[in-house]
Amino acid sequence: MEMILSGAMLLMRWDVAAALAIGSVGGVIIGAIPGVGPAVAIAILLPATFALDPLVGLTALLGIYGSSMYGGAIPAILINTPGTAVNALTTYDGHPMAARGEGRRALSLAFAASFVGGIFSVICLILLAPVLAKVAPLFGSREIFLAALLGIVLVVLAHRGQILAAGMMAGLGIFLQTVGLEPVRYTRRYTFEQSWLASGFDLIVVVLGLFALSQAFLLLTERDNRPRAAPVRGGLFSGMGEIWQHRRYAAVGAGSGVGMGIIPGVGEFTAQFLSYTYAQKTSPRPETFGKGAPEGLVACESANNAVPAAAMIPLLALGIPGEVLTAMMLSVFYVHNVIPGPELFQTQMVLVMGLYLALLLLNVLVVVFLLFSTNLLLKIIRIPTRFLGMMILVLAFVGVYSLRNSLTDCAIAAAFGVFGVILKRLKLPIVPIILGMVLGGIMETRLRTAMVRVNTPLDFIDRPIAATIFVLIMLVIGAQVVAWVRGRGSRGRTETDA
Amino acid sequence: MSDRTQPGRAAAHPGNLVFAVVFLAISGLLLSMLGEQTRAVRRVALTSQPWFWPAISLGAMTGFGALHLAFVLWERHRLLDLSAEAQEAGIWLRALEYSGWFLVYAWVVPLGGYLPTTILFALLLTWRAGYRERGLYLAAGGLSVAVVVIFKGFLGVRIPGGAVYEVLPPTLRNFMIVYF
Repeated sequence: MEMILSGAMLLMRWDVAAALAIGSVGGVIIGAIPGVGPAVAIAILLPATFALDPLVGLTALLGIYGSSMYGGAIPAILINTPGTAVNALTTYDGHPMAARGEGRRALSLAFAASFVGGIFSVICLILLAPVLAKVAPLFGSREIFLAALLGIVLVVLAHRGQILAAGMMAGLGIFLQTVGLEPVRYTRRYTFEQSWLASGFDLIVVVLGLFALSQAFLLLTERDNRPRAAPVRGGLFSGMGEIWQHRRYAAVGAGSGVGMGIIPGVGEFTAQFLSYTYAQKTSPRPETFGKGAPEGLVACESANNAVPAAAMIPLLALGIPGEVLTAMMLSVFYVHNVIPGPELFQTQMVLVMGLYLALLLLNVLVVVFLLFSTNLLLKIIRIPTRFLGMMILVLAFVGVYSLRNSLTDCAIAAAFGVFGVILKRLKLPIVPIILGMVLGGIMETRLRTAMVRVNTPLDFIDRPIAATIFVLIMLVIGAQVVAWVRGRGSRGRTETDA
Repeated sequence: MSDRTQPGRAAAHPGNLVFAVVFLAISGLLLSMLGEQTRAVRRVALTSQPWFWPAISLGAMTGFGALHLAFVLWERHRLLDLSAEAQEAGIWLRALEYSGWFLVYAWVVPLGGYLPTTILFALLLTWRAGYRERGLYLAAGGLSVAVVVIFKGFLGVRIPGGAVYEVLPPTLRNFMIVYF
């Protein structure tokens, strides 16, 4: 309790409160603009927070991270275009509701479900903090290595239908982080005798290239589009009451979001899929799903909004990001000299509590903001897409150039921008590249440290947590192989029958 | 956040064959250079060798890349249309024009100053994007000023003052270097 109060005191500072408000409102606006997204925004703003106090910078970026999905539901429901990638499933039931004249109800329900998911997730986070403080120190180098490996395996396997491409991209990410001077003996790796390659590829430069510049190039090269959405009439408070009728779906969605958010490499998509499938299977009207079922909307919005806070668990406790935004948040923490990992809960528990409470508060701030300003946001959605591309290019320059004032960084970011365009056009996964870069670095250093005390391969998994994670990795891979063999078998039988 | 917004088989998309071939070729080439681009250190465990992780990652890229190429060929053997592949590759090249714009912008900023270059860049790019409405040019100019004021003036991001500011009177020069 004392920790919670001390954390609350941190939020009383005017600069932290202002950062939280600006981050939360900014996140909603960014989320509401299709084609921008929180990854782009965080990458652009990260260098701008270098000069700020650590807590102020972290709170502002955390605000964007935690609130963007709220805003993303608006275009998903009203113009059938998800504001962030995570809101794609929201279009299934949200837009049909809007199409039949229930836009206000759909928005209101989406905000209420997101609020339930967000609050539930932060409460879980706060309640789990003492447990994490006890469990996290049990993670040594080999456990962290195995957890990072589990993250890589899961992020590859989670790309159903694109596992091979995801494997290629994860490999590329791990390779990119090896380029430059090797961290222990300082030998050069794949520098081709070029001095600019000696320092390797900066994560922020790669992220800005793959996410921000590629999006700008894509918007500028494709046909111009000016999204139109009719204004929403009437108050948006009704969903706060209606959510009670769908409490079972909201609770399962939130639970699924927390469960999936904790596991590295899984994230919002699996959480939504599980929650949506449950809702469809248990609903008395399963045939209405995909045609404007409020239960479906509640299921996916409560699940996706529960993930950000839950994803902070492996990030803060082990220093292992589970998806792109947490990978970027990891660099935010490093930049501000807050090192996530087992020691964080012992040395900086007040800061951790402050961040948790910031997440809690931002959910309240965002809902209040949305209840009164949704129609204002609809005007922002109408920005022509090529103009938006120009805006992203101007903003991305700040992010890339202000890191080191380097034209080389700009050239690298531009090259990754073009590569990102190719990947997006081909619908190939980008996320495994970023996770490969972050988790690859963690795996390299942790394996090296762990192997000092390992004589035989079995020594590596002779501790309970290490053994459990190892078994999990084997089970996940085994389950994938079994699913693949069964899939081939049933397809073969179908072809034979035909 | 992930990027799995578009369900469907990526292999069926034109351009995937070109991508798969180029990716595999580059991965294989990089893997073949492992010996010359990394070093082996004596009396050091395998997992601590400087070449270990490049080998693992390039092995994964090559292995998955080969399987991906085989999958693309298998999926598309009936649909293979080289002109569609070339057309898609042409679209990728169009992105190079805008990467050129970005690099020229980055190159000119230390010479022309952040504020003037940003305004000019935003206006020119608005014109290049095909817009002719006066309102959008005003918005582009306003956005440029807002970005510079917020990021350099208010947040103090590190962007150097332009060489062009040297011709200004001393007081104004210092002000421009610090804030714009």
